[in-house]
Amino acid sequence: METANAIEIRDLDVDYGSRRILSDINIDIRQGEIMVIMGGSGSGKSTLLRCILGLKKPSAGHINMLGTDICHTSNKKLYALREQMGVAFQGGALFTSMTVAENIQLPLREHTNLDENTIQIMTRIKLDMVNMLPHENLMPSELSGGMKKRAALARAIIMDPKLLFFDEPSAGLDPITSAELDELIVMLKESMKMTIVVVTHELESVFAIADRIAILGEGRLVQVGTPEEIKSSTDERVTGLLNRIPRENNVDKDVHIERLTRDKEQ
Amino acid sequence: MKSNLRSEISYDVLDLSGEIDLHHSPELRKKILGSLKNKKSLLINMEDVSYIDSSGIASLVEGFQTAKENKLSFGLLRISEPAMQVLTLTRLDKVFTLYDSIDQFQSQLQP
Repeated sequence: METANAIEIRDLDVDYGSRRILSDINIDIRQGEIMVIMGGSGSGKSTLLRCILGLKKPSAGHINMLGTDICHTSNKKLYALREQMGVAFQGGALFTSMTVAENIQLPLREHTNLDENTIQIMTRIKLDMVNMLPHENLMPSELSGGMKKRAALARAIIMDPKLLFFDEPSAGLDPITSAELDELIVMLKESMKMTIVVVTHELESVFAIADRIAILGEGRLVQVGTPEEIKSSTDERVTGLLNRIPRENNVDKDVHIERLTRDKEQ
Repeated sequence: MKSNLRSEISYDVLDLSGEIDLHHSPELRKKILGSLKNKKSLLINMEDVSYIDSSGIASLVEGFQTAKENKLSFGLLRISEPAMQVLTLTRLDKVFTLYDSIDQFQSQLQP
């Protein structure tokens, strides 16, 4: 039976060495929704994304993606699953020796036997969607930060993936480009039936695109809810994040001294 | 994807149904270009298409362009809502000629 959840995260713990980054994370991401994962710097949101992408093995727990437990599956199955995933990394991660168009075509050339005409037309459709068609022959070094981000999105969606992951889509973009990108993300969900996971801390963008929001704080899940539920939350960690209130600097002497003196390898 | 080609004297009607994705679009492309190769105009019935991805859309675009080069008519009939959403997203809803009936398509064909 097909699950209504595209991704299920259960009892997830993640450590880097002796440092616990994520503790006891439980989140369901429903098929066809835009889930925004937000939190301040150091909240663990990027680590959570790396785990979902299968790039970081958790210390404990499970991540079930489209019916496969990615923490306990073969590399072959993980590879097959990745064909159904598109990822737009924050910095673009474009290959510098290839033009924009060549970068975008790469997944099609790697994973399909489509006709050359089909590949060319698909590439131009996706470049047009992100307003990058006039720049198809440029090299990544000739692109601005926003253009790189849009090219990365075009590459992420070239295979029409079931799951799209987007790391900080609006960071470093001007307000108009940022709003256009938000609109495109919503249209991709509605037209292409994609499940989209966005990691960001840009509040304006969060409320423009999210069906639901998961808020992380200091490695723990603080709250999951609709934008309305999050807006009306009385949890101080949520209101602090939404109202940009600096964290209180209450220092537990023992904890602080332990942090400063702990042996690296412990 | 399921498809069925119906041949009339001056045009073909290609009925499509189900999901059209990366796995089906090569077959769709072959059918579209095969029909146009016979110098017949083509009407694609998309009433029962539940999903079409950009590889399917690319096949339609190539068909449209090939028809234009050969001075043939190329139209889309009764597009389903899911397919229309993708056409709108790709701004192709204004490019393709859309028809509500076969009669409407037939009436604009040159004798």
